[in-house]
Amino acid sequence: MEIKLRGMNKRVQKLRQQSEITYPSISIERAVLVTEAYEKYRDKVSIPVLRALTFKHLMENKTICINDEELIVGERGEGPQSAPTYPELCCHTLEDLKIMNDRKKISFFVSEEVRETQEEKIISYWQGKSMRNLIFNAMEQEWKDCYEAGIFTEFMEQRAPGHTVGDNKIFEKGFFDFKREIEEQLQSLDYYNDPEAYEKQEELKAMNICADAIVIFAKRHAEEAKSLVEKEENPQRKKELEKIAETCYHIPENPPRNFAEALQSYWFVHLGVITELNTWDAFCPGRLDQHLYPFYKKDIEEGTLTYEEAKELLQCFWVKFNNQPAPPKVGITLKESGTYTDFANINIGGLRIDGSDGVNEVSYMLLEVIDEMKLLQPSSNIQVSKKSPDYFIKKAEEVIRKGWGQPSVFNADAVIEELLRQGKSIEDARCGGTSGCVEAGAFGKESFILTGYFNLTKVLEITLNNGVDPISGKKIGLETGAAENFQSFNELMEAFRRQLHYFIDIKIRGNNIIEKLYANYMPSPFLSIIISDCIKNARDYNAGGTRYNTNYIQGVGIGSITDSLSAIQYHVFDKQTLSMKDLLEILKENFQGKENIRQLLLNKTPRYGNDDDYADDIMVRIFNSFYEAVNGRRSMRGGTYRINMLPTTCHVYFGSVIGATPDGRRAGLPLSEGISPVQGTDRKGPTAVIKSAAKMDHLKTGGTLLNQKFTPQLLEDEKGLDNLMYLIRAYFKLDGHHIQFNIADANTLKKAQKNPEAYEGLIVRVAGYSDYFNNLDKGLQDEIIARTEHESF
Amino acid sequence: MEKGIVFNIQKYSLHDGPGIRTTIFLKGCPLNCWWCHNPESKRLEKQVIFTKKRCIGCATCVSKCQEYAIDLIKENNIIDKEKCNDCGICTEVCPTNAIELIGKEMTVSEVMKEIEKDRVFYEESKGGVTFSGGEPLMQDKFLYELLKECKEKKIHTTVDTSGFASWSTLEKISKLTDLFLYDIKHMEEEKHLRFTGVSNIPIFKNLEKLVSAHPNIHIRMPIIPRMNDDENNILATGEFISSLGLNKVNILPYHCVGVDKYKRIGEIYKIPEILEPAHEEMEAIKKNLNLLKLNVIIGG
Repeated sequence: MEIKLRGMNKRVQKLRQQSEITYPSISIERAVLVTEAYEKYRDKVSIPVLRALTFKHLMENKTICINDEELIVGERGEGPQSAPTYPELCCHTLEDLKIMNDRKKISFFVSEEVRETQEEKIISYWQGKSMRNLIFNAMEQEWKDCYEAGIFTEFMEQRAPGHTVGDNKIFEKGFFDFKREIEEQLQSLDYYNDPEAYEKQEELKAMNICADAIVIFAKRHAEEAKSLVEKEENPQRKKELEKIAETCYHIPENPPRNFAEALQSYWFVHLGVITELNTWDAFCPGRLDQHLYPFYKKDIEEGTLTYEEAKELLQCFWVKFNNQPAPPKVGITLKESGTYTDFANINIGGLRIDGSDGVNEVSYMLLEVIDEMKLLQPSSNIQVSKKSPDYFIKKAEEVIRKGWGQPSVFNADAVIEELLRQGKSIEDARCGGTSGCVEAGAFGKESFILTGYFNLTKVLEITLNNGVDPISGKKIGLETGAAENFQSFNELMEAFRRQLHYFIDIKIRGNNIIEKLYANYMPSPFLSIIISDCIKNARDYNAGGTRYNTNYIQGVGIGSITDSLSAIQYHVFDKQTLSMKDLLEILKENFQGKENIRQLLLNKTPRYGNDDDYADDIMVRIFNSFYEAVNGRRSMRGGTYRINMLPTTCHVYFGSVIGATPDGRRAGLPLSEGISPVQGTDRKGPTAVIKSAAKMDHLKTGGTLLNQKFTPQLLEDEKGLDNLMYLIRAYFKLDGHHIQFNIADANTLKKAQKNPEAYEGLIVRVAGYSDYFNNLDKGLQDEIIARTEHESF
Repeated sequence: MEKGIVFNIQKYSLHDGPGIRTTIFLKGCPLNCWWCHNPESKRLEKQVIFTKKRCIGCATCVSKCQEYAIDLIKENNIIDKEKCNDCGICTEVCPTNAIELIGKEMTVSEVMKEIEKDRVFYEESKGGVTFSGGEPLMQDKFLYELLKECKEKKIHTTVDTSGFASWSTLEKISKLTDLFLYDIKHMEEEKHLRFTGVSNIPIFKNLEKLVSAHPNIHIRMPIIPRMNDDENNILATGEFISSLGLNKVNILPYHCVGVDKYKRIGEIYKIPEILEPAHEEMEAIKKNLNLLKLNVIIGG
């Protein structure tokens, strides 16, 4: 248990603690206000204007919250950890609310009042009318069969497209400037020749209303601060509140003038985005060190800001992110993303627009903030380019080695190359980065939405069963032939490829309809203001208005499917230790009475993650099949489909819908995560994992996720940090996209002792050498646990 | 092509020389140190080893063994060492790797292929390859060919040796080696003979010659409580190192990691009661050696 209060001073400690101990609850306020607005304006104005007036109604009426002692103000709900709902997207039933309240993980307190309001005002208005209803009604039976079988998930069934990140313009412009741009576009509409002039007009009108609304929202905070000044007795706090009032009167209408205003201005924009809709991955300032550095430099030079004050403001800013749990999810959406975290992911380092190294003084300050705050939100990462100084990487590693997973590490050069390959300009690529988990994007200029996870291993299961899902017994795939009749491994791979294309077609067809539904019924005019070039194109973010549009389908379980296919190639075709018929029978029985076969498949199969081409070649073939099935397909917003390889928590859900697999995995257990090897099967250490993972062409993706585990001993001294840096640099030289580290503690080691199979890849420092934990005898394991326990005090 | 017996290839090896390394463990050792934590490395030949905790009792091995050397009912080691001829058939069929064959015959190019796999890491970290054992000089021809290949491929090489070999062998190897990790186990010949099975005189003579022939030698001293950690021996060792003009010393605390391995290969461990030296003791030894102007690192 951590007893120490974290944060640089009493104020931050208090705010942080408030954020940590407040139990997440459902706020019904937004749902009520949205319903009021819809009752008032629906069918009287165009849909973009309806959405804008709804946003304005929210900004004019939602509770204003200024927490005691805070320096950055504004909450999405009524206070910290208060989560609004979005009935226009997903109208929760009373049963949903009960589940949210009662479930053991990721629960939200639902008061009696909330339940009653939901029943009386919300359900009665929205039942059957939400986007979720619209989407499921619009889907064909075959889509529904796949969705139910767990072939893929659907990101937009409860949450809005978003997956985007702000850029410098939020820090350089005020909404007064945006309004001027909007009005200029309105003036230039060509009603005589442009058949879309009306749609454009409505969209621009909607943006204009939203620009006013966010300014109103800020000014309401200014007034609240002013009224608090009068009640406040502490002269220090009085001054702070006066400053807050002054700031909130000025921004975001006008551009920020200093460091504090820059943070506050961003925060209002952030709240605007996540209040307008429950966009996936919330919103994010992106390259925060780049945006803040000019303000920091100027304030320090003018003597109006100290290092400590800047840091305090950042720590207050950090708490604001952590105060906003991800909006409550239900059903499969919860399963694929079972967390309170809403994935704002701060980028540090990288390159500047001119290609020079982006690391600055604020970059290092952010690392200190991350370390001192130790909060799950916002998430953070470093963008490492070949130009990044070693010192920067080592400072980040000093945080990484504390073992709680932040910051993660990205290859800025690869991210830029990925974006260039997708057709972005070099400048837009350099100002981009990664958001959410690992997704590359041109920040402030691109809508790069994730549309759903895709269960690669399930497709293999269906291939092995000639198009039938063995869990339900339903035929949902193609008849590609009985697996027993395949004469070669290539025949199996070809059947898999055909099934894959079939299911991807179903997914994309559904996506294209859902995309249109959002474009037509659920535009987001506020978000459209701040993402280029929606104003210029007079087109909504959800309708393809941004400069770049990308749709992703995220492949899950590449480790599991690779090892399964490797087992088939090795044991059925090459060594013929097992017939396909027997193998399928054994899988059907979930290895019942065949533990020796399961062990054989587990231990005597070439596996991905060991730098063994036998398995890795299969991985590359699957990767390429997936890439070919998805990459380059057109989206309805005028964008392009791409792949990335990440799971969030979906590898657990996807595993739960698959029976036993040929890699020795029992039915229902999780799949491998990201592009990491199957848990515990990487037996040749981190360099082999990196070599294997780098064999897929990362530059053809929009992001891959690789996890590595280390024990704290491996990183305890300078030499350990050096070697970790070399490992990172080498992976990035091989075009690896991302790597993150689990630095295991005694607790983990104890779990490893009880459940060694799941921790086979865990490395520990023994004496003059390092070894796998599982290779050590019990006595030695106990001894190492004792050492780590001592250190984790 | 030259072949050798390799008993392990350890990647991401961080403590056997500079940077990220791959350590190639060659099988066979002329010494028989009481504290050896790699007892499976002593014999030059391949050998079968059993790990009880992995055995699920499926008896696949029993039916495949042509020597009838496996009996599942036996307590600790199911393999009868008298009957077993280390053919390794059982290790191929064992589904859980409870029975493994220690030692694999490999050609120079097979080993080089493994070494080459991690080149990117050597180049980033200024690391390379370390040949250890056993005693790598036992397979001197194989080692020589490997070193030659590494030199050719511009891969940094380290040889971790006990120094117990003929000078002509060591001299030949030294011409192709970038760094030596050279063990000193005890200054008194009698004790050396008792604890390791061989005299220290050829080791010291070789070291003296190597110093004038090779610029890059680090000394490694295993610290074994009650066997070589008395102050006299430590100081004598330090003075000897100093007198040779050497400076870099690693002191390696004894570790009881090997105890379990003796069981697995069906041998008896002579010193089960010895405790690992405390951190303070290692620091004290370091201090004493520092007085002799030696640059001392605890651990590898």
